[in-house]
Amino acid sequence: MHDFPWLSWLVFFPLLSAALIAVLPGASGRAIRWLATAASVAELAFSLPLWWRYQPAQPGWQFAEQKPWLPGLGASYHLGADGVAVLLALLTTVLTPIVIVSAWSAVEKREREFYALLLALEAAMLGTFFSLDLLLFYVFWEAMLIPMYLLIGVWGGPRRVYAAIKFFLYTMAGSVLMLVAILWLYFHNRALTGVPTFALDAFYALPLTAAEQTWLFLAFAFAFAIKVPMFPFHTWLPDAHVEAPTAGSVILAAVLLKMGTFGYLRFAMPLFPSASAHFTPWIVGLALVGILYGALVAMVQPDLKKLVAYSSVSHLGFCMLGLYALNAQGMAGGMMTMLSHGVSTGALFLLVGVLYERRHTRMIADFGGLWKPMPVYASVFLVVMLSSIGLPGTNGFVGEFLVLLGAFRSNPLWAIIAATGVILSAVYMLWMFQRVFFGPVTHAENEKLSDLSRRERLVFAPLILLIFWMGVYPQPILDRAQPTLDRTVALCKARIQMSARMAPAEENPR
Amino acid sequence: MMPFQPPALIAVDWWALGAVIALSAGMMLLLLLEFLPSRPGSSRGAIVALLTLAAAALSVFRVRDAKRSLFEGMFVHDGFTVFFTLLFCAVAAVAVLQSWDYVKRTRINHGEYYALLLSATLGMILMAASSDLITIFLGLELMSLALYVLVGFRRARLDSSEAALKYFLLGAFASGFLLYGIALLYGATGTTNLGRMAVFLADSPLLGNPMLVMGGLLLLVGFGFKVAAVPFHMWTPDAYQGAPTTVTGFMSAGAKAAGFAALLRVVIVALGGLQDEWRPLLSWIAILTMTVGNVTALLQTNMKRMLAYSSIAHAGYLLVAVAAGGLDGGSAALFYLAVYSVMNLGAFGVLALLGREQEERVLLSDLAGLGVRHPALAAAMTLFMLSLGGIPPTAGFMGKVYVFSVAVKAGLVPLVIVGVLNSVVAIFYYLRVTVAMYMEEPQGEPVEVAWAAPAVIAAIATLALTIWWGIQAHDLLEQAQRSIFGLL
Repeated sequence: MHDFPWLSWLVFFPLLSAALIAVLPGASGRAIRWLATAASVAELAFSLPLWWRYQPAQPGWQFAEQKPWLPGLGASYHLGADGVAVLLALLTTVLTPIVIVSAWSAVEKREREFYALLLALEAAMLGTFFSLDLLLFYVFWEAMLIPMYLLIGVWGGPRRVYAAIKFFLYTMAGSVLMLVAILWLYFHNRALTGVPTFALDAFYALPLTAAEQTWLFLAFAFAFAIKVPMFPFHTWLPDAHVEAPTAGSVILAAVLLKMGTFGYLRFAMPLFPSASAHFTPWIVGLALVGILYGALVAMVQPDLKKLVAYSSVSHLGFCMLGLYALNAQGMAGGMMTMLSHGVSTGALFLLVGVLYERRHTRMIADFGGLWKPMPVYASVFLVVMLSSIGLPGTNGFVGEFLVLLGAFRSNPLWAIIAATGVILSAVYMLWMFQRVFFGPVTHAENEKLSDLSRRERLVFAPLILLIFWMGVYPQPILDRAQPTLDRTVALCKARIQMSARMAPAEENPR
Repeated sequence: MMPFQPPALIAVDWWALGAVIALSAGMMLLLLLEFLPSRPGSSRGAIVALLTLAAAALSVFRVRDAKRSLFEGMFVHDGFTVFFTLLFCAVAAVAVLQSWDYVKRTRINHGEYYALLLSATLGMILMAASSDLITIFLGLELMSLALYVLVGFRRARLDSSEAALKYFLLGAFASGFLLYGIALLYGATGTTNLGRMAVFLADSPLLGNPMLVMGGLLLLVGFGFKVAAVPFHMWTPDAYQGAPTTVTGFMSAGAKAAGFAALLRVVIVALGGLQDEWRPLLSWIAILTMTVGNVTALLQTNMKRMLAYSSIAHAGYLLVAVAAGGLDGGSAALFYLAVYSVMNLGAFGVLALLGREQEERVLLSDLAGLGVRHPALAAAMTLFMLSLGGIPPTAGFMGKVYVFSVAVKAGLVPLVIVGVLNSVVAIFYYLRVTVAMYMEEPQGEPVEVAWAAPAVIAAIATLALTIWWGIQAHDLLEQAQRSIFGLL
């Protein structure tokens, strides 16, 4: 079993399942649902060995596999995982079956295509996390857009076409410049070493002057900043989230946004550390603005889903702040926030979806006093909401605490500003909760609302478990992430020194 | 005075000339067959055309590794020729398969249709296979004249005749420019042979000579017209819209590839030494062509016009490769031409299937709801659109990566940035097609699909290549590189 191409299997199994679902003749909606669920659960089972068999202390890529892909160009099919990729991949494989089961009753038209696209999206996301060849990474990165675009555009709300196209164009506009930067790196590396390759490891060893780094960093950072999304590139996000079907919103928030922060961690920071350090005040500034702006805008949203969408902007600001604190605590905090945001915000979107399925509205004003008809739903909502605020004992606390700790060590002012964001998040969440669940039932339609069905309880049970597990005992997760993060910091420092050594050479005219 | 010596041809030469001979013979056979009675709705013409194309391709493929120069360089058999001969035969074969039922349905099933198709193919092959400006011109005229007629083949339709007239008038004008350019170049260098021209230019760089400069510029105008580069693109939308859809597909792929084949041979073989002089000019034309094509395509509601502007934009991407120059640029252009031909033919093939009898349903709104009623066809169209937009994992993405990478290597980073930003603009109108198919309800009568087995075979073949070259482009990449090395 040692040589089994585990990662390839993980990437291509959902794709094969998607193809099977798409072409299976004469299958009923029920059969398709079961097939999709079975495929995603099987995928989750296949991904569990990543957790057990990953060796955190061992440096380098694990589960690696490499085959020539385009030998003429030097591109190779090169997959591998480090601690960060393992955790994000597990987040993906855990959430996909949950999302698929949650969609059972929500999706009524064209189920075949819906589930096939969800599984194809899972394949592309996993491929993005595992790619160690920049061309391959770019292929998965862009390919990810197609299923998401169709999910929003076909199954979305009233303004779905606008939102879908906006999502596609924004993301693509960011990433094409990254492609130019990748090509430039490729030829620069080829000119210096004579080896044509897109391998990430080769680029990690590539000396770059400060001026070169600036442009390349901007090209990469722009692509990832749109994906994160960082203020002021976030405007596609509320549209995409609000219009997307629940399943799409969950995947978008839980995994797709993490592609941006993952991109910084894996590519933009270690490849161009000098430029990254140079731009740190800007990025931290934007992250802080994002934290406060996201929270303030969330506070005034009349629409539940939009509120959750803007809270994402705020939480992702925490991730970026943590990463750019550039110390062990901050990075770990950023990583934890990525995972817990995936779980909590994913769950919040699912909860909003449950309400929408019953009432076909998401306006806070249309609800009130829901605790009475839906006690189980309200309790689940309470737990998820508290975890999103970052109450100690839930997953949100660990990440935010570590981020604040790391930020404080880098610059106390950052931590002070960010901490106001925590307070604001409590304000908008609790206020929303109060208006939706407490008080008398103000609308007659709400009196007869049914509580969570057995299937829905099954959807939320694993999420609640994850919330408490990550909040009470996050050590196994941190153990897996920390060595990778430490190595990233070390790599950044080593590369900064390499550029510094090049600086005198730069002054001599060639 | 030397007595006339008949050229001494060896066996290889005959095989190399096989494509030209086969196409000429097939063309004449098709015209002669018209004298024999046939039942209405016969597929005789299509079958003869397919067999002819197969024979032509096989004959050249048999001697693919040979390198011969015949008739004083009037006909050159090298890797470049082989690549383009096979490409043109494939393009024509796909066009025949797509036309098979389409011409019957639209009542234009005459023997001349396929004869003209073969004649145009022959002209394209001559353009690619010649190292002499005179033969390039002859090939171009042979191709163009056949295409003028094909564009106006739906005689009963006013827009078809209008398109043919416009195409013919502007095309004749462009031919005049080209011929004048050839004359000036001949005056400046004393030869029409590209190889000897290169030798002459290497010995005496005549940059100050206005005759040479004018000749080169006029040549560029002529080729620019054929490949639909801005500002010589005005004919494209009208001709594409008015022509029978299968002809549009054929000319969008074939004529463009032929124009680029001739252009590449000229700039690489004859003007390779003067690269620094023409590169800025070509770069600017590339920028204009990409931008004007893409921005104008945004405004179109007719799919044929939209794809016409998109084909203009693609000429711009190809010009980026030509501007990069050298062997790298050449092989990227070859690669892109093959990819572009396949995906564009595929897209037009889907359009040709839409509509019943003589009606033409090619408005964007006609596609509404296609995703529900014909999921397979809609999925195919989606892939062609994504490929044209350059989204992985499709062939169009690989083509763009290759083209832009050679331009980055040549140091043309600003040009590449314009190019990639253009592809963002472009994705908008390609996505609109998917929006219509999947996210809109049909208004009025939903469009009928005129299923036909040959057209389905053509669709599957183009689709398979579009996906395969997106996942594993290694073979085509190597082929393109090897073919361009044959030039030297």
